[in-house]
Amino acid sequence: MTSDQKSIYHTEGLPVPETPSPGKAPKPWQETDVVGKPRARVDAYERVSGTAVYPSDIVLPRMLYGAILRCPHPHARVKKVDATAAEALPGVRAAIGPDDPETDLSWSFRDVKSRLFPKICRFEGEPVAAVAADTLYEAWDAARAIRVDYEVLPHVSDERRALEKDAPRVHESGNKLKTDTYARGDVEKGFSEADVVLEQHYRTEAEVHTPLELHGCVANWDDDVLTVWESTQGVYAVQSKVAEVLGLPLSKVRVIGHYLGGGFGSKLRTSRYSIVAALLAKKTGQPVKIFPPREATFLAMGNRPPSNMTLKAGIKNDGTLTALAFNCLGTGGAYPAGGTSLVDWQIRDLYLCPNVRTECTDVYINAGPARPFRAPGHPQCSWALEQMLDALAEAIGMDPVALRLKNVPDYSQGREGNPPYTTTGLRQCFTEGARRFGWEKARRRTAGQGKEGHLRRGVGMAGSVWFVGGGGPPSTVILKLFSDGSANLNMGASDIGTGTKTVMAMVAAEELGLRPEMIRIEHADTGTTQYATPSGGSKTVPTEAPTVRDAAVQVKSRLLKMAAEEMDLPVEELRYTGDDIVSRSQPERKLPITDISGLKRQGVVVGVGYRGPNPEKKTVNPFCAQFCEVEVNTRTGELRILRFLSTNESGRVMNRLTFDSQVIGGVTMGIGLAATEMRILDENRTGKMVNRNWHDYKLPTALDVPADIVGVPIEMPDAEANISGAKGLGEPVTIPTAAAVANAVYDAVGIRITESPINPLKLSSLLEQQKKEG
Amino acid sequence: MEKSNPKRNLNKRRISRRSFMAGVGAGTVCVAASSRLFAGTGGGKQEKAVAEAGALSKIKLRINGRDHQLLVEPRWSLLYVMREKLGLTGTKEGCGRGECGACTVLIDDIPRYACLTLAVEAEGAEITTVEGLLDGEALGPVQEAFVEEDAFQCGYCTPGQIMSVEGLLRKNAAPSVEEIRTGVSGNLCRCGAYSHIFKAAEKAAKSRVK
Repeated sequence: MTSDQKSIYHTEGLPVPETPSPGKAPKPWQETDVVGKPRARVDAYERVSGTAVYPSDIVLPRMLYGAILRCPHPHARVKKVDATAAEALPGVRAAIGPDDPETDLSWSFRDVKSRLFPKICRFEGEPVAAVAADTLYEAWDAARAIRVDYEVLPHVSDERRALEKDAPRVHESGNKLKTDTYARGDVEKGFSEADVVLEQHYRTEAEVHTPLELHGCVANWDDDVLTVWESTQGVYAVQSKVAEVLGLPLSKVRVIGHYLGGGFGSKLRTSRYSIVAALLAKKTGQPVKIFPPREATFLAMGNRPPSNMTLKAGIKNDGTLTALAFNCLGTGGAYPAGGTSLVDWQIRDLYLCPNVRTECTDVYINAGPARPFRAPGHPQCSWALEQMLDALAEAIGMDPVALRLKNVPDYSQGREGNPPYTTTGLRQCFTEGARRFGWEKARRRTAGQGKEGHLRRGVGMAGSVWFVGGGGPPSTVILKLFSDGSANLNMGASDIGTGTKTVMAMVAAEELGLRPEMIRIEHADTGTTQYATPSGGSKTVPTEAPTVRDAAVQVKSRLLKMAAEEMDLPVEELRYTGDDIVSRSQPERKLPITDISGLKRQGVVVGVGYRGPNPEKKTVNPFCAQFCEVEVNTRTGELRILRFLSTNESGRVMNRLTFDSQVIGGVTMGIGLAATEMRILDENRTGKMVNRNWHDYKLPTALDVPADIVGVPIEMPDAEANISGAKGLGEPVTIPTAAAVANAVYDAVGIRITESPINPLKLSSLLEQQKKEG
Repeated sequence: MEKSNPKRNLNKRRISRRSFMAGVGAGTVCVAASSRLFAGTGGGKQEKAVAEAGALSKIKLRINGRDHQLLVEPRWSLLYVMREKLGLTGTKEGCGRGECGACTVLIDDIPRYACLTLAVEAEGAEITTVEGLLDGEALGPVQEAFVEEDAFQCGYCTPGQIMSVEGLLRKNAAPSVEEIRTGVSGNLCRCGAYSHIFKAAEKAAKSRVK
């Protein structure tokens, strides 16, 4: 503590939340002193100074570097692997291939089994063999020296061809994985009641997560205990997969992931390199580091799969939706991986509509398996639904915002039993968003712009609901209060860059009256921290924040109990005020926390927090609306996105500063889907991915995003959701972005672009076509 | 074989992609500071400048004001040497091939990708990494501005972004937003923190002037 800081408490006379009697849930926070305020991250120093040790930064004594040789074909039989030449190279310590007994391990994608080094590779980038050497350069020399005989098999890389009769089979069972259907009401009747019926095909291209930190790990054995430093969103998930594959007890696998350089869902899953690193480390008796090169993340570490969607919608002239019929053909790649997962959810749940039918078919292709990618399925569905709503609004001569407001539900139509939402701020997201954006004025301005000139402005908007985002059990955290009153928070969850650690410190600080700097967090280590599910699904804050609050309440209860004995007063007569325990009836009777002899004797008071259940018969979901303005250059087809505004109802705002970061990040990622990103597979010839690097696969850069991205919270502390009042934010912020951009482009130039991305190539040819057709 | 000239300025030396590739492709580049090697046309008498694979060169790197003497394979990148041999892991690797800018460092005050710079090339230059912006334990003005504006999320591209902003501000003390955009356009951020990075750069420009 620095000398100018007199107290470890932030309260100084401010009330500390009441401690509930044992077994009772604490009341929702009313006015907060820490939670909800803008606050720099607790680990900001480490992240900007270079002192944070990410898994890829780990260097251990005697550490070797591993390299994995990957199949260069999208479909091939591995006939022979010969590592003789590789093993003879300088610095090489071990090589393993499919014929080595220790690699005879099962590796499954959901319920379909493969092997660590499969004999039949079904996607480009499947691991075939691996080496460990003294330096990374020597490891790659060796990997390249491994000779592999492949029998190249016919491939199918385009899901639109996968069900053709003569399409090569990815699996012997055929290329169709499944068709999911959903129906409510009577769609045909709905269409017959409509004044306007529109039908349109839409497509979104596959996107690849490519977090900045490579996927990878360092593995080290101490006798029979394996430690893995892994760049992961969930250390416990990696622990269970590694233990399962290697046949080890959970207690002998320790996974540490204190930092990670981005994941976006791709690091929710465990990859085969972790097993390979463990095997090479075992074989050499030395630690092994494997961070597969960037190219591998494009091929083998997941993607947001492409979606081919058809949406038919009926509407009455007054804006009442009468029917929605939705079809989607998608693919999770070569193995079951949720190719159409949740891709119909916006259709089912977002807007009031009594008659809905969806049908989603998931097929196999010879391409890398999908992984959850920030709001799986949702941005794709939004691309279709929100563009359709705009077209419907135009057809019936209604304002797009007014049309959406006409159809806002307060219960979940897509779920069995139509449970109400605990809170829904969707309506306010639209009204407040439109007001802050200046929607009506902007619409008049773009409608009134002259036909002269080559720069055309347009505005667009879209709304969304996120399928989950309420979090839930299980979670356990431990809060340790030391004898000087400072505290240590121990939780298993990862902070994937969303600011989880900071929010948790704020929660503990709010409840204990401590300044957040006095709370040190230990996290994401299966050896020393408590069980948590992986950080994903926008559920980390609504899962962990109530758990941390519960732990803090437990600490307060224990301190009160200790103080009651020492002060010889009943517990219910005492209040915890931060620095002191005070008698309610005789406020002059107080005992400073640090003078509690029980605390002094034990050195520490421990509170164990658990995540309580979610409310029954209700559903907890976050909502969002986004508005944007774009400028299209009709000569070049270039699209400039000028400004974005995102209104989010995510329950209680936990940290106003990182709230904004989530918003700008989600919008930026959505701009990628809208305008720059697409995976290109060479279906006609090799089936290989042709843009497997960041030069050819275009992420949005600093030149592609507006400086003007505004986050507007629609704050509605959700007392029913959990005892922190918070809902998720990270995924809702990227769902409607791409559709809002497409709607703005339509407003600018009158061209509805139904296939992503809206890049100059596509836009210029559509503008040319428009000119020809007059 | 020529010895490296510690006075030479890496940034002023012109290496064509063609001659660079030819030099690497012919085997392993030895003492890449040899101007003869890089002046080569892609054919000619390169063998004189080519060392045996695995041969180590003794070099001295000046990083953050400190000299480091070490033996390197001539093909090792500056990034690899800093991260895996010197423990300077503040500089990150995102792609290893000049696409993302996570490894941006200052070489004689100019932002450069450490993954596209051979360690032997960097000899004689003044190299500054994100660790070098600290004054003891205190953050430098750019780092401080990144904290205050929350100009990062996962933090992995951040050292590179910070070095690009630092390099920009050393050249242009009061950049416009458009100049800032261009200054960090070689640094990808997948978390999408760009608009906060612009704000941080503006704030840092002001606090550096004070």
